[in-house]
Amino acid sequence: MSEYEVVIGLEIHAELLTKSKIFCGCTTEFGGEPNSHCCPICLGLPGALPVLNEKAVEYAIKAGLALNCQIPGYSKFDRKNYFYPDLPKAYQISQFDLPVCVQGRVDYELEEMQQSTGITRVHMEEEAGKSVHSGDNILGSDFSLMDYNRTGIPLIEIVTEPDLRSAAEAKAFLEQLKSILQYIKVSDCKMEEGSLRCDANVSLRLKGTKEFGTKVEIKNLNSFRAVERVLEYEIRRQRQVYEQGGSIVQETRTWDDSRMITVSMRSKEESHDYRYFPEPDLVPLEIDLNWVRSLKEGLPELPLAKKHRLMEQYDLSSMDADQLTTDQEMASYFERTVASYTNGKVVSNWLTGDFSRLLNTSGLEISKVKVTPQQLAELLRLIDEGIISGKQGKDVLTEMFCSGTAPEQIIKDKGFEQISDSKALEQISADIIAANPQIVQRYQDGEDRLLGFFVGQVMKETKGKANPGLVNALLREKLKATDS
Amino acid sequence: MELFQRTATELQKMLACSQVTSEQIVQAFINRIEAEDSQMRAYLTITAKEALGAAQASDLRRKQGQPLSKWDGVPIAVKDNMSTKNVRTTCGSKMLEEYIPPYDATVIGRIKNAGMPILGKTNMDEFAMGSSTENSAFAKTHNPVNLQKVPGGSSGGSAAAVAGFEAPWSLGSDTGGSIRQPASFCGVVGLKPTYGLVSRYGLVAYASSLDQIGPIGHRVQDVAALLQLIAGHDYKDSTSVTVSVPDYQASLVADVSGLRIGIAKEFFSEGLNNQVKSAVMRAVQNLSQAGAEVVDVSLPLTDYAIETYYLIATAEASANLARYDGVRYGLRVAGDDSVAMFKHTRAEGFGTEVKRRIMLGTYALSAGYYDAYYKKAQQVRTLIRREFEQAFTQVDVIITPTTPTTAFGFGEKKDPLEMYLSDIYTVTPNLAGVPGLSMPCGVDSNNLPIGVQMIATHFSEPVLLRTAFALEQIQRKGEFNE
Amino acid sequence: MINKNEVKRVANLARLRLSEEETTQYQQDLNQILQAADKLKLVDTEGIEPTAHAIPLRNVLRLDMTSESLGIDQVLKNGPEITKGYFRVPRIMEE
Repeated sequence: MSEYEVVIGLEIHAELLTKSKIFCGCTTEFGGEPNSHCCPICLGLPGALPVLNEKAVEYAIKAGLALNCQIPGYSKFDRKNYFYPDLPKAYQISQFDLPVCVQGRVDYELEEMQQSTGITRVHMEEEAGKSVHSGDNILGSDFSLMDYNRTGIPLIEIVTEPDLRSAAEAKAFLEQLKSILQYIKVSDCKMEEGSLRCDANVSLRLKGTKEFGTKVEIKNLNSFRAVERVLEYEIRRQRQVYEQGGSIVQETRTWDDSRMITVSMRSKEESHDYRYFPEPDLVPLEIDLNWVRSLKEGLPELPLAKKHRLMEQYDLSSMDADQLTTDQEMASYFERTVASYTNGKVVSNWLTGDFSRLLNTSGLEISKVKVTPQQLAELLRLIDEGIISGKQGKDVLTEMFCSGTAPEQIIKDKGFEQISDSKALEQISADIIAANPQIVQRYQDGEDRLLGFFVGQVMKETKGKANPGLVNALLREKLKATDS
Repeated sequence: MELFQRTATELQKMLACSQVTSEQIVQAFINRIEAEDSQMRAYLTITAKEALGAAQASDLRRKQGQPLSKWDGVPIAVKDNMSTKNVRTTCGSKMLEEYIPPYDATVIGRIKNAGMPILGKTNMDEFAMGSSTENSAFAKTHNPVNLQKVPGGSSGGSAAAVAGFEAPWSLGSDTGGSIRQPASFCGVVGLKPTYGLVSRYGLVAYASSLDQIGPIGHRVQDVAALLQLIAGHDYKDSTSVTVSVPDYQASLVADVSGLRIGIAKEFFSEGLNNQVKSAVMRAVQNLSQAGAEVVDVSLPLTDYAIETYYLIATAEASANLARYDGVRYGLRVAGDDSVAMFKHTRAEGFGTEVKRRIMLGTYALSAGYYDAYYKKAQQVRTLIRREFEQAFTQVDVIITPTTPTTAFGFGEKKDPLEMYLSDIYTVTPNLAGVPGLSMPCGVDSNNLPIGVQMIATHFSEPVLLRTAFALEQIQRKGEFNE
Repeated sequence: MINKNEVKRVANLARLRLSEEETTQYQQDLNQILQAADKLKLVDTEGIEPTAHAIPLRNVLRLDMTSESLGIDQVLKNGPEITKGYFRVPRIMEE
């Protein structure tokens, strides 16, 4: 059987986090009453004209810089013509031959291996509206309802080189891309809200050949899970077609969630003729390279660099560092915590462990968490000092998560404070030893495991507040002492 | 003399001297419209109530000594492709028959802020596509000089309203001659400003890179004053320039000594009516006798202008008119699915000429033809622009006929190409982005007005206005002498 | 020369339903106009930049500030078919 090589290229759309739309002053806020965020410009009323949002240009260039792109000094906008009910002007203002950013690269890691995927271009365009369908899906609906609130939100479209060789690579690339865009705060990249969307071009070729196979475009890979699952399906489908001696048709396919397969949307013959031409209502951009330089200097440390630094600086595992740096908020939380509590490894364990578990179960974003990094550092210090046990620490953290109360307060309120006063514990231990002479005898005769009995008794007496380490040490000492 | 026969400048002076109220002026025009417009059909929508309200408000301001703009209370007519809040804006199309905009075009805002009552919205070729106003979906406007003739187009209603004394002045729009050609046919003055001088915000687009709004009036000074009012930067139009607007009244000096006038033989070639030719040459002679220097210039690419224009204008139009899909406003004709609905709506909503241009423009942009047609036309446009720039190093003004013939009869130009050729002298300024003015320079043997076109370089409206003013003074002296 | 199928292709791109009669008419018109436009081939445009704008402006930008939207009533008032605050359209066939 022949060996096939997978060739995948992605096209990613990300909504930019500007306050106002790309060509008008309407808000970009998510939601709102249908058609409440519209004006003559984004509705495409006769006579209305676009004016470009400066911030959208800045964010697009920042994205390009973070993706290691070149920023050409000259860029322009074009009209992409097609009719669709969600597109008010029946053309989308986009960029055709002179995008704002070209020739970049994203580095990322997949199973500890260094990977790099080329970025062909990043261009700016306007978002279309949203349709609500009367049936379960677009095809089964008698009618659709149009809401133009989303129309005109600025988008960047990022096009990769056909460098990806597996569904897993595509997913890892996409995760890194999302992470980068979030780090530089140009997009919130919420796939579930549609602010990050992905299409893919997939083809197979015989290993060792240079020429590309016939490619199929897959639309609407709208979650990370979908990216992997749908691409794996499509790769399998194409391989089967080839192995059965068939050939792939150039077409556009989409994922059918109910049948778990990709289905054809349109063939190449039916493909659009977009009739791009320069947008006469907008003038070209001449980009000031000094401005670009200052934007570049202003970029924060990006996720991969941060990962490597944290691994080095705090002796973290690659997996933990990944977990800490994927989300910029998490990375920042980590760094703010280690500023007050220097043992990075301990902080990492807590953040990737209990803290992350609490985040998941509560569904909170880090920015909304009530526990401050200083409070977390304080909690870890209290554990170190033996004021509470590690196990108690977990309970305190849960409480901190819910109420935002400082750890000392919770410990006081719940009576979590450990008895680390050795004088008090010495008295209790002595009493217990005195009350159980037979067991003392058996312990001294070699039944070591009976130490647990004494520890348990002390804990019972102190309602679990005794510092277990201290109790252990004390009892060993005392039981030995009786022996002599 | 009746009030409605006065020029805008005269009305302004009468208002300033309290000889008349704005309400009296507006009422006089409304009476005139009511009496005449059923024949002439210059208006598609008459806003008598709003105009009277604005007039009364202006009179009250004047009475109470509140701040007034210079043109406060002087009424105006505007072409029906400028968005007027709460007043329907049809563009002469069935597609927008019931469309009521929720916003004002920038020029409309300026007119309202100046306290000028708007008498109504004037007839036009559908979406400004045409040269006779015959393409209006609603009415044929008749040339007030001779009702058997077309008024020209596409701003036929705006030119006829002024020439027929149904408005003292008006606003038109000009993409390839749509102000100058009807001004010429109706015997009034019309100016297409430099591209970018007047905001296009709220002007329903035909061909965005060529469209400009401009004034039409009885006299050169009216046109200068109205230009003053509408010119200037608008942040809502990205193609609006930030140059400071000169005082156009100051350029109304009847002195052309030392002015260099260019004559290009390409504008006097075959197809030009002899009477038009001699009238234009007489105007040149008049100016020359007044001290202007006449220089021959060469503009060989003029021969390619009309084809260049039609490819660029229709390509842009095919995109600009795509938004009329029956979803958010305008006509909707039912269909089983959205695509069918689009097709039915557009088939019924647009007239023959609009569809023809959409077809042409779509073709010129479509895969495989873009380079041969659209891109080629844009490259020729570059050369035409350069040719003009070169010519304007030698001369201050180029003088040409506005149109090859005087006003023609209804239904006379059946062939689309033949109709397109009536713009042959007016499209080049739009392609080059330079200003052009048309003013009367005589009549033919049928007493139909002949227009002379003056073209200057970018932002040289003062030179145009000075030349036109000088010629107007000479003409008036002649009239008195005769 | 443009054939009928091309006229139909263009009409479909432009979302215009044409009758047979109109198709024939526009075929004729387009051929006539394009034939005239072929004249442009005589102009040497080798290496000439196309002009998209009459005036060479650059970098016209606005600040990222929000302004009032129209308000739902104004947005919907010209809509041919409104349902629950949305513009309603007949079934969308995936294109």
